[in-house]
Parts: sequence; C-alpha cells; structure tokens
Amino acid sequence: MRYDSLLDSLGGTPLVGLPSLSPSPRVRLWAKLEDRNPTGSIKDRTAFFMIEQAEKDGLLSPGCTILEPTSGNTGISLAMVAKLRGYRMVCVMPENTSAERRQLLAMWGAEVHYSEAAGGSNEAVRVAKEMAKENPDWVMLYQYGNPANARAHYETTGPEILADLPGITHFVAGLGTTGTLMGAGRYLREQRPDVRIVAAEPRYGELVYGLRNLDEGFVPELYDESVLTTRFSVPAEAALRRTRELLDREGIFAGISTGGALHAAMGVAAKAEKAGERADIAFVIADAGWKYLSTGAYEGTLEEAEDRLDGQLWA
Amino acid sequence: MAIEVRIPTILRNLTDDAKVVEGSGATLEELFTDLDGRYPGIGERLVEDGKLRRFINVYLNDEDVRFVGGLKAELSDGDSVTVLPAVAGGSR
Repeated sequence: MRYDSLLDSLGGTPLVGLPSLSPSPRVRLWAKLEDRNPTGSIKDRTAFFMIEQAEKDGLLSPGCTILEPTSGNTGISLAMVAKLRGYRMVCVMPENTSAERRQLLAMWGAEVHYSEAAGGSNEAVRVAKEMAKENPDWVMLYQYGNPANARAHYETTGPEILADLPGITHFVAGLGTTGTLMGAGRYLREQRPDVRIVAAEPRYGELVYGLRNLDEGFVPELYDESVLTTRFSVPAEAALRRTRELLDREGIFAGISTGGALHAAMGVAAKAEKAGERADIAFVIADAGWKYLSTGAYEGTLEEAEDRLDGQLWA
Repeated sequence: MAIEVRIPTILRNLTDDAKVVEGSGATLEELFTDLDGRYPGIGERLVEDGKLRRFINVYLNDEDVRFVGGLKAELSDGDSVTVLPAVAGGSR
C-alpha cells in the first residue's frame, strides 16, 4: 500500500483472529493491532486528530509550543506530528516510566518534564495544568478532555472494526483517557445497538498503573459511564500473565496494558461460552512490547517479572 | 458450591487474618449472608440498607459487580470474588 507521507498511513490497522485463545468457533476473539501505526501505538490517532483540530480552530501556528501530560505514548505521537508540522513539544510524565519512552520522546525532539512517581498520571496532569497557567501562550491539547481524542476513534477506529467484523458483539479496550471506549463505543453502539462496550482498568492499589483508575478520584472530562456496558478491574499479575499468553499462544508481542484488555476480553468470552451465546469480541492492542523490554516483563517466571515491574508504569 | 473470596486488609480482623476465605451462595447477597454466619460482623461492613456499601468495591471474576446486578449478581461454582475498599469516594 502506498501513501503520500507517514501521517497519511495512519490507522487502517489489521484485525486478527486469536484461534488459540478463543474458547470455541462460536466465541471468537479478535485483536486490533494498533501497534501498526506510525509511531507504534493507538495514540497516533489521538495526536493527529487533536493537532488537526487545533490548527482548524486557529490555536496552533508554526513555532507554537504544545504541552501535554502523558505517561508516554501520547507524548511520542504528539512529538512526531509536532516535528512534522513545525511545533515545539513539551511533555510532563511520571519519573517512573520506562527508559525507552524517555529515549523515544527525546528522539522525536520533545522536551520532558518529570512529575513525582508516587502521584502517577494524576500528578502529571496536575503539574501540566500548573505549567499551562505559567505559560499562557503554550497550547495544552489535553487528551483527557479534548473531544478530538474521542472523535478520532468515532471516525476511524470504530468504523474500521465494524467494517472488518460486522457481527461484532463486544468491544473491549483499556480505560485511560477513555477516548477509545467513548469514541469507538459510541460509533459501534449507533450501528449495533446491542453491542457490549467493555472497559478494562488497572486495579486500584496496584503500584503499576498508567491506565487511569477512576477510583483514584480523577474522572476524565471525556468519560460518560452510560457508554459502557461493564468494567473489569485487572490486577497487575493478570495483565502480565495475559501479555505472556498472547505471546506464547498467538505470537503477538504486545505491551502490558494490552494484557489488561485481553484479561477483560477473556472474561466476557468465558461468560458468553458458559451462556451458550455466539460472540465476536474485538479488543485493542494499544502498543507492542518493545518499549517495555527494559522493565523485565517478558523474562523469567511470572513472579520474577511481577517483582521487577513493581512500582513502574506500564501504560 | 465453593466461591473463593478475597478479603481486604481492613476486614481481615474479622476473618482471623485470612486473606482468602471460601463461601457459598447462588447470589452475592447469599454469599455475604453465608460469610457473616461464619465471620460475624463482616456482613454489615459490606452491605447497608440492602445495598452494597458505597465505599466498598466488589469484583466477580474481576468484573465490577455494580454492572452485573450488584448484590443480585449470580454466582457459580469456582467463581472468584474480590472485595476492596474504594478510595477517594469510590463510586461515581
């Protein structure tokens, strides 16, 4: 397939079946490979749509500075788009994110400010909001509240999935900014009123988080609970175990938050199987595992990996 | 019918420090009644006025029970129930 530029190749990612992890031919799991985007994550869609909208609204002109709280992927995506469009990029991220992310951000020319590890993503959001006040000419696109984030998934991710899987019964994704679930969820619900929209969030109290947990007291402005059919709370151990299973059984090398989404997808698959219902369950592979190699998540036993991951952000 | 129940630290004084206990019941409500029979006092820490307490989160096989019927959520053999305290207000 040929495209005029890297940005033109955004989206159009494959949806692949998981014959080994699916419980039966009637209950099937499908993975949307979002790591096949320009910088390797689903956040490329968010970044591109938010910057395009800001340009249309006249908020951004060449030379402007973009500021964003991000634990990694959104920053990397924004940095790439910013570089190509002539903007300066400043990210605020928790100090306990993986080394690869910091290197990638620097590679695409972003400046990184660190927030305290203990506060997780919530603290990064707070620090970024403060910096925005001090620098009124900077533009904070703010993925947690920017409608263009959800719209990216309403206009691209959702329609792509429906075109590939017209008989979809469940859509499962991680709950972070909530953009993926709100955007793709709304689109799919409009087209298939009975579709079930399933959120996977990391369990509160786990030291590893990054996908935002709503119980921590921060509710992204984009979040509308009525879009969701149900929510799974995924322990770090389960996310890690599922990430390993995806690699062992299907050959897919995904990031650790994807293990969380798979855990929820397997949960709804088991329920459908037990109830004797047909199900076509699509879930999102948010990124590949490359950025997490240094965390030790893929080496040794599950217990060893869990210990190594303790205190690190994985989404 | 055995259901595995994970007890949060703050309630372990009622379960002789056990992290995981077994219980039975066809619904979450029955399970909690069963647990209260053996661990007196645990019921009122989980349920108030016939509803799940606001500052408690309960997960059935990691699914938030508020989305699957709350106390009426149906249980089957081998299910796993996790009780966790909610922080910062818990439910929205």
